[in-house]
Amino acid sequence: MSTTYVLRGARPLGGEPADVVLADGVIAEIAAPGTAAVPAGAVEIEAAGHVLLPGLVDLHTHLREPGREDAETVASGTRAAAVGGFTAVHAMANTSPVADTAGVVEQVWRLGTQAGWADVHPVGAVTVGLDGERLAELGAMADSAARVRVFSDDGKCVHDPILMRRALEYVKAFDGVVAQHAQEPRLTEGAQMNEGVVSAEVGLAGWPAVAEEAIIARDVLLAEHVGSRLHVCHLSTAGSVEIVRWAKSRGIDVTAEVTPHHLILTDELARTYDPTYKVNPPLRTAKDVEAVREGLADGTIDIVATDHAPHTREDKDCEWGAAAFGMTGLETALSVVQQTMVDTGRLDWADVARVLSTTPARIGRIDDTQGRPVAAGEPANLALVDPSATRVVDGAAQATTSGNTPFRGHELPGRVVATFLRGRATVLDGAPTGSADAAAGGAR
Amino acid sequence: MRHLLSTAELSRDESILLLDTAAQMAATQSRQIKKLPTLRGRTVVNLFFEDSTRTRISFETAAKRLSADVINFSAKGSSVSKGESLKDTALTLHAMGADAVVVRHWASGAPYQLAHAGWLDAAVLNAGDGTHMHPTQALLDAFTIRRHLGGPDGGLRGGGTDDGVGADLAGLKVAIVGDVLHSRVARANVRLLHTLGAEVTLVSPPTLLPVGVETWPCRTSYDLDATLADRQPDAVMMLRVQRERMSGGAGGFFPSPLEYTRYYGLDARRLALLPEHAIVMHPGPMNRGLEISAEAADSERAVIVEQVANGVAVRMAALYLLLSGEEQPPAAPPVTQPGTQPGTVEGTPR
Repeated sequence: MSTTYVLRGARPLGGEPADVVLADGVIAEIAAPGTAAVPAGAVEIEAAGHVLLPGLVDLHTHLREPGREDAETVASGTRAAAVGGFTAVHAMANTSPVADTAGVVEQVWRLGTQAGWADVHPVGAVTVGLDGERLAELGAMADSAARVRVFSDDGKCVHDPILMRRALEYVKAFDGVVAQHAQEPRLTEGAQMNEGVVSAEVGLAGWPAVAEEAIIARDVLLAEHVGSRLHVCHLSTAGSVEIVRWAKSRGIDVTAEVTPHHLILTDELARTYDPTYKVNPPLRTAKDVEAVREGLADGTIDIVATDHAPHTREDKDCEWGAAAFGMTGLETALSVVQQTMVDTGRLDWADVARVLSTTPARIGRIDDTQGRPVAAGEPANLALVDPSATRVVDGAAQATTSGNTPFRGHELPGRVVATFLRGRATVLDGAPTGSADAAAGGAR
Repeated sequence: MRHLLSTAELSRDESILLLDTAAQMAATQSRQIKKLPTLRGRTVVNLFFEDSTRTRISFETAAKRLSADVINFSAKGSSVSKGESLKDTALTLHAMGADAVVVRHWASGAPYQLAHAGWLDAAVLNAGDGTHMHPTQALLDAFTIRRHLGGPDGGLRGGGTDDGVGADLAGLKVAIVGDVLHSRVARANVRLLHTLGAEVTLVSPPTLLPVGVETWPCRTSYDLDATLADRQPDAVMMLRVQRERMSGGAGGFFPSPLEYTRYYGLDARRLALLPEHAIVMHPGPMNRGLEISAEAADSERAVIVEQVANGVAVRMAALYLLLSGEEQPPAAPPVTQPGTQPGTVEGTPR
């Protein structure tokens, strides 16, 4: 028998308060406050003022397993996801070995199922070994138990135009999508940070915006030509927003994501030489930050995805030039979106549900179970958020194994109070329940 | 001053104090006994992650002339590939009780991390980091310019005898020529010479000027002949051109050494375009026949060998001021963007 929960006075998508009853893995009832029929033994959660969202769906997560379990495991990463309000994550393919075969994607999928913190949907590599030379067995990954629909060489760009064309075409057979890491490799050899005023001063090799924009421009034209859908990972420049806006106006089937850090942080942080702020694509300028916010507000950018990229301390406690690219994000994403988009009036909570749950679930073709409406009869994949809370981020206290959060010491608004995966609480009172391990039949 | 990391952090008064102290040090170096007892019992570590015999022996000479104990620590290789990490090296030096660490590193910002990461409490002197900064080189260049051209009587070239002590470089025109993009010498000089009131023109092929240079406090030009003829600079500083910059791959910044020399090399013809009093500088080592011809390098206007000598005096001054001064609180954190969180963009309501 699963526990029945009653969320008292929660506001679905930020709307009118209601009592929401979760039973047997689904939303059993949404009733006016005080009117829900509460079965005996139900756990009541005082949720007055809290916003109830569909469980968040991340289209871009690095779980590092197999290969770099010292930085993150499927279990630790998905626990961090649950703490951040996520009920599903897409695990990127740049593991060791690379997730370029049915065997590896099934391994990751199985680890996710065993951990039980969130649904894990492996992303398959586009090319064998991420080497950009020949297509991986995309069909085998699509047909595997992991049911892969998103393919990406993320971390590397599928820069060979004919290979990109073939990939875009090939995945149509199983309604897949290629998620492109847009980075022209020749324009970014040795690049360390955004190329501009700051890079000129601090003497770090520049990463021009055009290296991202040129690939996006090429890819939207390719997608148009072959009639495929394209997803653009972690778009970061004003020019990229313009290109995607233009492509959508032409009816090209393109979707785009922005990371939380590109919604708020700028390349001014490179002046500290603290490799915490070294990330791919690099932090850009305040003008770019405004452009991606505008793009997210007007729908040009479809979703927010974390690009959660955990790294060990030794990979960050070194010279900037020697440090790894990436920052964590699962546990701060919703707060950053609230601060930059909701508290500024540019998005409401229904929009947040769209950009962090409904649309990413649709792009990943998992919208049969995730990113569903908050309505009676729907799967109880939910995140309960207290938007009035504030917290100071403490990297050491996070659920992720790695400490490379760029928000250490920042006060951020909002707090995930509870997360439910098919009616089971993975997070209560803001902390992981521990019941996930039990539900999975043993700790890993 | 707690550390010497970047000329961008030096005020005009601090810069002049460094130059004046260097002048005092230089005066002692013409004596038969050159050694001063000033830093007896203090330990200076030369920590070199990148080969540079010239800079290392210059710092070593400076420290020894001040009676400091000098330890040379060659730590090649990166923290990721092989060997000890920057952090462990710093902790080791801290445990050994280094009073000052002179650091040369291939990574931009490494001296900055040594100074601010809390790994050691020694004074950090940046002896060149990546393509970022080389403050003692800029100081020795400014010292050399001032000695020849500065002060109310125009320095040595004006017949003066005071080495320009107490003066800044107001009104002097300096051209810096060559690979600005990869040059820590250029970055260090642009900031320091501007602080001291000089007018700097960077002359470079467009491929070797960084994107973003437009915010620097200087002029830029692609045309060396026009700069020499029209600006009539008081000093011309030629930058070393790395031969690997001209190959293919990530290089290819200019078509050939011959073409570079044709447009940006200092030769006898261009030397003749300069005003009579102008001096010719080069941080060394020179590529004779590439960025500077033998005629220019060996002309009586060239002060290149004197720059080397002045380097010792300037480094003595820097070590002296950092190690013998009163303990001061650490410098404020570097991030300057307004707002509650540095480097973040505040919410902008519609």
